[in-house]
Amino acid sequence: MLVSINWLKEYVDIEGIPTGELAEAITKTGVEVDGIHGPILNDDKIVVGYVEACEQHPNADKLNLCQVNVGEEELAQIVCGAPNVAQGQYVVVARPGARLPGGLKIKKAKLRGEASEGMICSLQELGVDEKFVPDHQKDGIFVFDEEVQIGEPACPLLNLNDQVLELDLTPNRADCLNMVGMAYEVAAIYNKELQLPSPAVTKADESSKDYIAVRIENKEMNPYYGAWIIKDLEVKSSPLWLRNRLISAGIRPINNLVDITNYVLLEYGQPLHAFDYDRFGSKEVVTRPAHEGETMTTLDGKERTLQPEHLLITNGEKPHALAGVMGGQDSEVQDDTTTILLEAAYFDPRTVRKASSQHNLRSEASARFEKGVDLARVKEAAMRAAELYEELAGGTILGEMVEEGSTDREPVQITFERHEINERIGTELSIDQMNDILERLRLPYEQQGEQYTVTPPSRRNDLRILEDMVEEFARLYGYDHIPYTLPTGQSNKGGLTKRQRLTREVHAYLQKTGLNEALTYSLTTEEKSKHFVSPEIQTDQEAVKLMMPMTDLHSHLRLSAIPELLSSLQYNVARNQYNLGFYELGSVYLPNAGEDVLPKEELRVAAAITGIWENHPWQGEKKPVDFFVLKGILEGLFEHFLKSPVDFEKASLAGLHPGRTALLKIDGETIGYIGQLHPTVQKDHDLDETYVFDVNLKKVFDYVDKTPDYEAITKYPAVSQDLAFVVNAEIAAKEIEATIYEQGQPYLKDIRIFDVYQGEHMEEGKKSIAFNLTFQNNERTLKDEEVDEARERIIEKVKEAFSAEFRG
Amino acid sequence: MKERLQSIKQEAITEIEAADTQKSLQDVRVQFLGKKGKITEVLKGMGKLSKEERPVIGQLANEVRDQITESIEEKAALLEKQAIEEQLKAETIDVTLPGRPTHTGGPHILMKTIRDIEDLFIGMGYEVAEGPEVETDYYNFEALNLPKGHPARDMQDSLYITEELLMRTHTSPVQARTLNAHEGRGPVKIICPGKVYRRDTDDATHSHQFTQIEGLYVDEHITMSDLKGTLNVLAKHLFGEDREIRLRPSFFPFTEPSVEMDISCKVCNGDGCSVCKHTGWIEILGAGLVHPNVLEMAGFDSKKYTGFAFGMGPERIAMLKYGIEDIRHFYTNDVRFLKQFHQV
Repeated sequence: MLVSINWLKEYVDIEGIPTGELAEAITKTGVEVDGIHGPILNDDKIVVGYVEACEQHPNADKLNLCQVNVGEEELAQIVCGAPNVAQGQYVVVARPGARLPGGLKIKKAKLRGEASEGMICSLQELGVDEKFVPDHQKDGIFVFDEEVQIGEPACPLLNLNDQVLELDLTPNRADCLNMVGMAYEVAAIYNKELQLPSPAVTKADESSKDYIAVRIENKEMNPYYGAWIIKDLEVKSSPLWLRNRLISAGIRPINNLVDITNYVLLEYGQPLHAFDYDRFGSKEVVTRPAHEGETMTTLDGKERTLQPEHLLITNGEKPHALAGVMGGQDSEVQDDTTTILLEAAYFDPRTVRKASSQHNLRSEASARFEKGVDLARVKEAAMRAAELYEELAGGTILGEMVEEGSTDREPVQITFERHEINERIGTELSIDQMNDILERLRLPYEQQGEQYTVTPPSRRNDLRILEDMVEEFARLYGYDHIPYTLPTGQSNKGGLTKRQRLTREVHAYLQKTGLNEALTYSLTTEEKSKHFVSPEIQTDQEAVKLMMPMTDLHSHLRLSAIPELLSSLQYNVARNQYNLGFYELGSVYLPNAGEDVLPKEELRVAAAITGIWENHPWQGEKKPVDFFVLKGILEGLFEHFLKSPVDFEKASLAGLHPGRTALLKIDGETIGYIGQLHPTVQKDHDLDETYVFDVNLKKVFDYVDKTPDYEAITKYPAVSQDLAFVVNAEIAAKEIEATIYEQGQPYLKDIRIFDVYQGEHMEEGKKSIAFNLTFQNNERTLKDEEVDEARERIIEKVKEAFSAEFRG
Repeated sequence: MKERLQSIKQEAITEIEAADTQKSLQDVRVQFLGKKGKITEVLKGMGKLSKEERPVIGQLANEVRDQITESIEEKAALLEKQAIEEQLKAETIDVTLPGRPTHTGGPHILMKTIRDIEDLFIGMGYEVAEGPEVETDYYNFEALNLPKGHPARDMQDSLYITEELLMRTHTSPVQARTLNAHEGRGPVKIICPGKVYRRDTDDATHSHQFTQIEGLYVDEHITMSDLKGTLNVLAKHLFGEDREIRLRPSFFPFTEPSVEMDISCKVCNGDGCSVCKHTGWIEILGAGLVHPNVLEMAGFDSKKYTGFAFGMGPERIAMLKYGIEDIRHFYTNDVRFLKQFHQV
């Protein structure tokens, strides 16, 4: 919504208030002012001139030598190149010293040997947007088509000195979608008188009823319809003042018949429509829901296919308008129109909204109907238009408007006590203060003691309940004046839940290990949604997908963060960032049985690392990531939270290296996986060796046990023993370890693998693996025999169970 | 004998002086003071001396032995000192060379921003509440006073999964869910962070996925001034003690009255600049008193209970605080971007 300050001044006295200050006051009180436009030009050296004589320049074919009366004793000679300049025109002259919007400064000059004292201007040269310049003046100077005072400053005449507020209206303030509404708002803010139009017309004896009848088929979609016949009209250009106002609101003037409906729309917020009566084709307006599949051609030349939820204005047979949205081509006002059928109606906001959104037709009219126009103003707006048709187009108004339906509205009353307002704002507004605010807002009210009853007028249809009144008092009193307090209720402990605390610990731990937290999109491609899904997630169902995705890039909900994390790695590598470690902690979305059942959101943590992990160049250290780097990170995580061990079980999963992948299991239950990307996947992503994990955090949290099992530190010494075996290469270290542990009881406390060797000096397919064992008895010093016995047991059992050879 | 002792002494001193390692000094010690050393030899020959001479020579021999011992010890100390000095010299490093890097990861700036706000409110007794990112139409809209066909549903075009399920367009459904769970009994004090989704094409200022964090406080006697005081604490915490706030009317279907909060522009201090579009103020968040329909739908008596709610976008806050120019940076995970905020 664009609000002209010059126009607003007609209704409310804001003389002397700087526009910036006005804009801030409006913003702080109710409607955000998004910007202030203009003034385009306000220069007294730009004046009205009268072309007394115009002849061809003696030295130039395309130039004219004009003698122009600019209100001074002597005529000014001006050289002008415009093709449309002629003797007898009132024109705009920029005198020497004037500065035009492009920065051009006007000086006395000699053009091809002739003196020129100024410039006769086109509208474009004066800074008017080309789209508002009438076609016949686009290639030439501007010529006044009405009499104006010679020498008078031209900027105010063309409204170039105006400033325009651009409002960002919220949906509840439809009352400010018109100049009268804005006048109410500004008058309330500044506590000013209002001067509103009170239109009146001379009605001819002839009655509109002889020309038209109105029938409404569906009163819900169309509660009221008024039709008025206006005859003897002459189509011409609107007067300058009206054109100026339309332009200030961003609407292009067309001709007086069309401009008047647009003007009233801006002034009252009531969209009106003028049909060419002679082209309407019947003596009856019938408003009805469209038939399924019915078609009509709207003003923009497009054929629209309609449905019963759309409302049509018809002549009883064929549609002439899509109600509240756009008129039809057949009954459009044209240059030879002499009689119009003026429509002033109230259409159901939802009906208009459906039509405008389904046909993608947002107009000034539909924008207002959709938010609900003021019922009380429908007829007055018609009167205002009629008045202008009479005044500006020579129209004859035929009797009373033909009406059907009603503009009555269920009256709204809001009853409250003074304390209810103050308790909600946190103020101590007195009765006087509250009465003052209600009066400034011009809201009818009754006050008896502490009790108020407000009856909001229909222009403030947004006021319905107590809380709406709280807002009116708060904003008019001023949010700046409301005190700063903090709630004083009962105290809570607040804080984080156990799950939230654990989640924070996971973040802190992973960051400490060197991983960067990443954030990727939950919505991914259909293809990516199928990859790297941990096997414990049921994969027989497709990922959850959007009904109407904006793009295939974000159509399916992820089941793992890995695919998008890999894209992030690839993005970085393409920018020469090679050493990367990312993790992401967030939900994946498991499809649930049933159409309208929410997906199960599962908290998981995923990580991906690639490149160099240990790097200290000048000491010659440079180690790429390997499986055990990422495994170490995971083991540390589990150790932090769990007492029960997590097993890493060799596995083969799609997209991962078959020899370097493990499932993670607690108590036999899979909770995720870890592995190297399959070399072909690495290649597809332009990545070197890359390792990933994806773990169900919810499951980890289920097993969390962080209570320490305290054990006093023993004073008896531990005994350390090293054992090395040669076994087949495919035997898992974990298995040997388990056997050793079992055989080593009761005094074996700890086992560490300190060497694994395979290769030269080792039989093909064999490996050597060395364990460091720690024995201890907390009660007493261990005897050598006790350790020796355990050692022998272990050696024998390992040899037997794994066909191992004992090396020492 | 006397002469012999004197010459031994001279000889010893010369050799001590010549010794330049602990080893050669040890050799000197053995040569003169050892069991088969020269002094011992002299002492062994004492038997041949007269009674009178014996104590004199004995004493002299002891003196010579003490002197040699003393010289050796002095020299030993000297050599040790030299050895340490040499070691120190040999061990000297260039302290300006770079250290061994430790692994330093860090949080994402958005999560950091969210946590910072969470912690502020936890300190004021709020709980952190979370909810599903895929929501029912009921909780996302209807329970928030946005019935089907409401024009304000236009304001946030949504990503639907079925007619009844959608990607939540804001974190407000968590408010509705939490209120429901409280079964009409206050107080409810929550802060709700999370991911939200809109039907937007990604560009420098739009993202189909972004984050929000909302606060809700429902109790008896909650006022607009309580909201103003709370937002003032928040604004100063986020943007500095010298920031001013202002509230101005706005519209959200789930609050009435509704306001937006601006902070004074820190670039121009309110004088007007390009950052604040020459208004002196920068919009930060939306807020208001909880709409009675929202309270009633969740089973609260709106005559007894009032409440305030506010919501903001961590992306916007981070962008304002650090001058980040493109919202897509938050989701691209360029390490050169991420790492700049690890110390925050």
